[in-house]
Amino acid sequence: MNRREFTQAMLAAGAAIPFGITRAAGQTRGGTLNTIIQPEPPLLVTAFNQQQPTLTLGGKIYESLLKYGADLKPMPGMAQSWEISPDGLTYTFKLFPNITFHDGKPMTSEDVVFSCMKVLTETHPRARQNFARVASAEAPDPLTVVFKLKQPFAPFLGCFDCTSAPIVPKHVYEGTDYRKNPLNDKAIGTGPFKLKEWVRGSHVHLVRHEGYYLKDQPYLDEIIYRIIPDSASRALALENGTVQLAQWTDVEFFDVQRFKAQKNLEVTTKGYEYFAPHQWLEMNNRIAPMNDKRFRQAVMHLIDRDALAKRVYFGSAKVATGPISSKTKFYDGKVKRYDYSIDKAKALLDEMGLKPDTNGKRAEIKYIVPPYGESYQRAGEFFRQSFARVGIDLVLVGTDMAGWAEKVGNWDYEMTQNLLYQLGDPALGVSRTYVSSNIKKGILFSNTEGYSNPEVDRLFDEAAVTLDEAKRLELYSKVQQILVEDVPVAWTLELEYPIIYDKAFKNIVSTGIGSHETFGSVYKS
Amino acid sequence: MIRLGSAATIGLMALSRIAQLVAVILVIATFNFVLVRAAPGDPAQVMAGQSGASDPKLLEDLRKEYGLDKPYAVQLASYLGRVVRLDLGYSYRQRRAVVDLILERLPATLLLTVTAFCLALLIGTTLGALAGLAAGSVLDTVFTVLSLVLYATPVFWLGLMLVLVFSVTLGWLPPFGYETINVKLSPLEHVLDIAKHMIMPVTSLAAIYLAIYARLMRSSIIEVAQQDFIKTARAKGLSGPSIVVGHMLRNALVPVVTVAGMQAGALVGGAVVIETVFAWPGLGRLTFDALLQRDYPVLLGIFLILSIVVIVLNLLTDLIYRLIDPRMTTGAA
Repeated sequence: MNRREFTQAMLAAGAAIPFGITRAAGQTRGGTLNTIIQPEPPLLVTAFNQQQPTLTLGGKIYESLLKYGADLKPMPGMAQSWEISPDGLTYTFKLFPNITFHDGKPMTSEDVVFSCMKVLTETHPRARQNFARVASAEAPDPLTVVFKLKQPFAPFLGCFDCTSAPIVPKHVYEGTDYRKNPLNDKAIGTGPFKLKEWVRGSHVHLVRHEGYYLKDQPYLDEIIYRIIPDSASRALALENGTVQLAQWTDVEFFDVQRFKAQKNLEVTTKGYEYFAPHQWLEMNNRIAPMNDKRFRQAVMHLIDRDALAKRVYFGSAKVATGPISSKTKFYDGKVKRYDYSIDKAKALLDEMGLKPDTNGKRAEIKYIVPPYGESYQRAGEFFRQSFARVGIDLVLVGTDMAGWAEKVGNWDYEMTQNLLYQLGDPALGVSRTYVSSNIKKGILFSNTEGYSNPEVDRLFDEAAVTLDEAKRLELYSKVQQILVEDVPVAWTLELEYPIIYDKAFKNIVSTGIGSHETFGSVYKS
Repeated sequence: MIRLGSAATIGLMALSRIAQLVAVILVIATFNFVLVRAAPGDPAQVMAGQSGASDPKLLEDLRKEYGLDKPYAVQLASYLGRVVRLDLGYSYRQRRAVVDLILERLPATLLLTVTAFCLALLIGTTLGALAGLAAGSVLDTVFTVLSLVLYATPVFWLGLMLVLVFSVTLGWLPPFGYETINVKLSPLEHVLDIAKHMIMPVTSLAAIYLAIYARLMRSSIIEVAQQDFIKTARAKGLSGPSIVVGHMLRNALVPVVTVAGMQAGALVGGAVVIETVFAWPGLGRLTFDALLQRDYPVLLGIFLILSIVVIVLNLLTDLIYRLIDPRMTTGAA
């Protein structure tokens, strides 16, 4: 698709909107959805905290201009239409009329400009990087927002989901210390649900925002998020109907199968397309033997990733072929494949001179087990056995969340497992792991493995500012081929988290952001 | 009966101990500070990392906002200054006053732990005394085996088994939570609702301590029963019940009180596991989350409060010693 076609498609999408928001037959008002939130979010203002539970819950309270479908195409959020200038520098959004905050005050384009250019650039690291590309943002009238970019940025339209650019009220935050504003406890947004009560350690109770701008929505009266720290208790709650929805890591992978057999429940892996959680074995490229490309290639050969997907993740995963998820734009599956072959792994290790000693041992490597649940522990055990087959002793080291963050962020590790969301576009969620400009000590989820390749940097940079989709595909194909050859990290799986819900509830998954969605259109049949 | 002189001595002792308390609290506060900082991990890094796209500016902002960019000595001095002013600070993560966080969780934990503690003490000592008095009998064997099993049972496993039996299989009790959410209840119904939610967590938490007190009381009763003064009492023709109540129990309780005093503080530690299994909104869970997040002010606040609770409990234990054993007041052996 060229730039003109792209712009036309965007306009067409905008024009189609009014038809998408009318109430379909069978949607009834009323009902309570009980669900889970874990761990308990520290606060509900998504502008100030971007932990996954905060985003899941805050997604009902705060909205942004757009949503994204399973195909990652933009859909109307608070913006009913949008236009992109032919030079790709000016983005004009038209807002729906009559949008109000939960305190009754109107939401206008001024709030959008204030949120994006003042609040988020201060408090939201991901948004800061996106809006740093904006030369100016204006509100010519209450329903129009115009962003002018410094230079073209192809995925700019992908920066407006409720997790990346939540809109907060200017009248509440202007002139205050945003993070310490006492009204943060009230969580005033524009979403279909507003905060009624938060009993810390117990539950968060959301009720219908009566002034919501979409006709009849929200259909549900209320949503109750129950804080259940223990995974066995969460599974039990879903099983006996105490809760009717579980998402993300609420249920352990090994429990998913039994829920598939429960007749009143629907199990789907849809609704994570925008995030496309991509997992890999991270190797510190600065130290031997991980600094040798042949070692890293050997790692790709020695892990039976099909078995990993089946035995550790119980089928809730797909083998990753490279740095870009098959769910993300510009994925290229025609890259070099590393089949499971102990012989090939051994040959590569022999070639680089890492030969076994008299005891058959080639090396000892410390592997820090990420402290994010049982599956990570099991994956660590799986890797240990895999490495043992070629004579490498993988020593599993346990730590807690803070210890892991410190070790990995400060490059004080040899090997670990890591996972990042791809956010719909390689320029938003992929390049950050591989470009050398993002090698930043102390910063987690940057290029912590220390990979550096000027050609990769150039290709990622060029692809980010190229508007022509075909050209971008070409550039990203090249970068995927180089990376798959260099193996900066050993990609293992595209995780497919489940969303498990009671079949009585409809529209639980309606977009590519799944359970982070506003749930305004969710109803109980 | 306590003599007037004894009462005066106890009063003086209490005053002296209270005077020591302030100094001890400051020492504990310093120790807590050093201990918490000795653990690897940086709260700013954890918080920034959770955003999934941390950057140097965010790290710098967070460190500056929470004073983490200052030297340790300055941070310690600032912390101790706040302790003296009874200010527990502000949670990094939750962005709320620590005292508010603790106060909103404390009632649930106290309800759970105090109930479990009282039940364990009452039932444990009663069963232990009965077993000790009937040493060698079938009853004694049953009690001993039962208490050994309870003592060896992991608290989380017991909790999950109770859920499996009483919630999943029988459907009699709610599997978790503090109260039924989103229903309108009269005050009496509310109390009963909370009581119903308490049954399994309290039972799980009480079980292990009950076993400890039962075993301790049993051996203590057997030991006291062999003392000369019991033989003398019997020789004087005192009835069995009056010997047990007036002489044996009072003496046998001394080691139980010692252990109970020490373990009252540890109950909160045990509550972390139970609060997790039963989704009980208490202080234990807050502590665990704060530890994972390296939320220093919350951790230090909780540690300080718990330290004070333990000190006060030790003080009470000392006072109770003197009530049940006048020899300690007079300094006699």
